Amino acid sequence: MRESVLVAVMAVVTILLRFLPFLVIRKETPPYISYLGRVLPPAIIGMLVIYCLKDVNPAAAPFGLPELISAVCVIALQVWRRNSLVSILGGTIIYMVLVQRVF
Amino acid sequence: MNHQNTVKQAFINTLPVMAGYIVLGMGFGILMRNAGYGVLWAFSMSLFIYAGSMQYVGVSLLAGGASVITTAMTTFMVNARHLFYSISMVDRYKNAGKGKPYMIFGLTDETYSLLCDGVTPEGSDPNLYRLLVTAFNQSYWVSGSVLGSLLGTVLPFSTEGIEFSMTALFIASFTGQWLTSDDHIPALTGLLSTLVCLAVFGPGRFLIPTMLLITLILTLLRGRKEAA
Repeated sequence: MRESVLVAVMAVVTILLRFLPFLVIRKETPPYISYLGRVLPPAIIGMLVIYCLKDVNPAAAPFGLPELISAVCVIALQVWRRNSLVSILGGTIIYMVLVQRVF
Repeated sequence: MNHQNTVKQAFINTLPVMAGYIVLGMGFGILMRNAGYGVLWAFSMSLFIYAGSMQYVGVSLLAGGASVITTAMTTFMVNARHLFYSISMVDRYKNAGKGKPYMIFGLTDETYSLLCDGVTPEGSDPNLYRLLVTAFNQSYWVSGSVLGSLLGTVLPFSTEGIEFSMTALFIASFTGQWLTSDDHIPALTGLLSTLVCLAVFGPGRFLIPTMLLITLILTLLRGRKEAA
C-alpha cells in the first residue's frame, strides 16, 4: 500500500514537471519562450552528451579511450553519411568491441 | 502523406533507443526483482512514471522505506530538467493533435533528442510520426523492464557496452544539429556550462545548476540573437 502511494507520487511529480510549461502557456507563446524553444535544444543535447560521459575517468586505465574513439566514430559517421541510425549503431558496435575485446 | 511510411520511419529512427532501452529497462527490472518487487511493479512504474534514471532511484526509495515528502522532493530534483525540455517544445507541439497529452507525458531524454529539432521525415505525417516515436520508445522501455523482471538476468550473449547507444544517440543528435545550424553559440553554451557545473558541483548533482546556467546565459545572449 505504502509503496503504491510512493509510485503514484513519483508518477504525479514527473507528469507535473513535463506538463507544467504546456499548462501555463496556453494561448500565444511569449517571444521569450519561442526564443528558448529555438536555442535550448542544442544546449540541452550538449548537456546530455556530457552527462552520459560524466563517469569516464581519463586518469585511470583505459583512460576514457573506448568512449573517445567511439564518440569520434559517431561524429565522423554523422558528418560523412548524415544518417543518425548508421552513426549510432556504428559507434555502439565499435564501443562494444572495444570494451569487450580490446580494453 | 503515407501512414505506412510514417510507421516505418518512426520505427527505424527509434532502433537505437530500442537497443538502449531494452538493456537499461532490463537492468531496472532486475533491480526491482532483487529488491523484492515483482513484474507488476516493474511494469506499472515503467508505464506510469516512465523516467529512466528516476526509476532506478525509485527502487531504493521503495526498498528503503522513504517518506512521501522525500519521494516527492527526490523526484522533483531528478526530473526537474524535464521542465526545460517541455519549455522548449511548447511551440513545436502547439498543434500536435489528439496525441499531444501522451507526447508530453513521454518526453524522455531520448524521445526529446529525436524530436527536439522539429524535423520530421519527408513524406510522413508529422504528428503521427512524433506520437509513434514516443510510443515505440515507451514500448521498448516497458518490454525491457518486464523482461528483466521475469528473467532476472541479462541476455545470454554479452551486451556489455550496449548502453553506449544512448550516448551515441545524443552525440549524433548534437552533431546533426551542429551541421544544420549556422549559430553554434547555444550548442557551445550547453557544453561549456555543463563542464563548468560538473567541475563545481560534482557528478551527482550538476544537472539542475547546469539547466539554470544554460538558461541564464542564453537569456543574457538574447539581445545578440535578436540583433543579428
